[in-house]
Amino acid sequence: MSEPIVWLTVFVLSVFVGIEVISKVSSTLHTPLMSGANAIHGIILLGAIIVTGAADSTLPLVVGLVAVVLATVNMVGGFVVTDRMLQMFTRKKKPVAAASGEGAGQ
Amino acid sequence: MTTPVWVQLVYLLCAVCFILALKGLSGPRTARSGNLIGAAAAVVGCTVPFFYLDLDHVALILGAIAIGTAGGLVGARRVQMTQMPQMVALFNGVGGGAAALVALLELQHLGDDAGWFELAATAFTIVVGSISFSGSVITFLKLQELMTSRPVIFPGLPVVFGGALLAAVALSVVTVTAPAVGVGVILTLLGLLIGVLLVLPVGGADVPIVISLLNAFTGLTVAAGGYVLGNTLLLVAGTLVGASGTFLTKLMAAAMGRSVANILFGALKGGSTLGAGEISDRPVKSAGAEDVAILLGYASKVIIVPGYGLAVAQAQHTLRELVDVLGERGIHVDYAIHPVAGRMPGHMNVLLAEAQVPYEQLKEMDDINGEFKQTDVVLVVGANDVVNPAAKTTPGAPIYGMPILNADEAQQVIFMKRSMRPGFAGIENELLFDPRTTLLFGDAKDSLGKLLSAVKSL
Repeated sequence: MSEPIVWLTVFVLSVFVGIEVISKVSSTLHTPLMSGANAIHGIILLGAIIVTGAADSTLPLVVGLVAVVLATVNMVGGFVVTDRMLQMFTRKKKPVAAASGEGAGQ
Repeated sequence: MTTPVWVQLVYLLCAVCFILALKGLSGPRTARSGNLIGAAAAVVGCTVPFFYLDLDHVALILGAIAIGTAGGLVGARRVQMTQMPQMVALFNGVGGGAAALVALLELQHLGDDAGWFELAATAFTIVVGSISFSGSVITFLKLQELMTSRPVIFPGLPVVFGGALLAAVALSVVTVTAPAVGVGVILTLLGLLIGVLLVLPVGGADVPIVISLLNAFTGLTVAAGGYVLGNTLLLVAGTLVGASGTFLTKLMAAAMGRSVANILFGALKGGSTLGAGEISDRPVKSAGAEDVAILLGYASKVIIVPGYGLAVAQAQHTLRELVDVLGERGIHVDYAIHPVAGRMPGHMNVLLAEAQVPYEQLKEMDDINGEFKQTDVVLVVGANDVVNPAAKTTPGAPIYGMPILNADEAQQVIFMKRSMRPGFAGIENELLFDPRTTLLFGDAKDSLGKLLSAVKSL
């Protein structure tokens, strides 16, 4: 197989995996899911590091460093904010007041 | 230069982790660990180039990462839960901007031996990354209410928009035939312009759909960037986000009973996505907190319909206290969560979870819609369009076809509203004028506080 075909194959298969893997998500989790997916594309930081490390003059270096900062904000901020949202969902040990309210409500 | 095998294997491992992360994020039990798996994979992936490439400027790069980490942490920690959608938009925008800059730098390195497909992917990354950046900034400004959340249209907008698109396509072709950094810079500016023009005509209620769409855009730019750099991890991760983001956008639009095209371009066709927004002077029945407390306190089954107004008033904690007190009186209380309650699908769940409302009390629309008939009182707090029967009965209404909560089937409906102003969709709600409906005017937090003390003293 020629190189571009390999890339195309990976691309097309990834499209199907991407759709399949989230197809059963409940609407409850749409916001954290969007936020988590958002954090994942922060992986562009990897590309930013590679091109910045190859910069051979000042202007590309500065542009590259800006890209590194932006990509890091995307990645770190994205994962942290998603975790903050999800922390609230998974708090299983409920405080006393909430637990009694729920017990009486059932 | 070929990438060493061990690096390829680490990239593969990271890509698998991203798939597991998305899978995990789709279920309430696994969501948090899914997110952590994704974060771990991202960190591992980004440390790899330091070990196999002879990178220059390592100290500067690490400094930039430190600055970015600090910025991301502060933003993510400080943001209020109600402001979550615009924060996600901002994080997405900077990611798109980073991708565009990376492609711009790579354009400089691509020589005459670069294939046309590589150059096309570079142009794509530059344009779409810039669109994602400027579009996200506009969504941020709209949701943060730093600019009007109404659709902004001016005569000739479609012409300028179309012209910018054509110019971007033409310059992309130029880039493929004769790559030059100067052309890349112009492509960046065009992308920024297109992004602004794309989001300006979108009304406030529809902005979340646009965030999701731009998120998918950024994913695709990262994928294209991965192809240009010859990096499989970027290609797979970007494609995963692009595909799942596009699918998620469709799900969200479907939950609002709209098509994505209608959301983006509805305002341009003249049929505004917002109605007149006029205040009606038809008579309604309003009551004080004490009367409403009696209705609630002697009911046996109550359903709460929370909306964005609840979140704006920061009243979710007071609401939970009220529900706890009602629960102590032996009243069965559930929360009915419309898929688009709040600003984004699932946003309301996050807000209520923050107020420590037990997950089991949050019922999704399809699960609870059958229960309204047996419900004594429905308490609508800061919501409007999601219970508007016009979605079923008025074919011309902007929300026609949107699935709604069947609050109109309950014995009694109580609306807590600040005023008679229509909801985001800008249309009147017939349910407000129904004889079974009682209105409790005032700020949601004040009203709930009064209601809480009134129910306690029953």
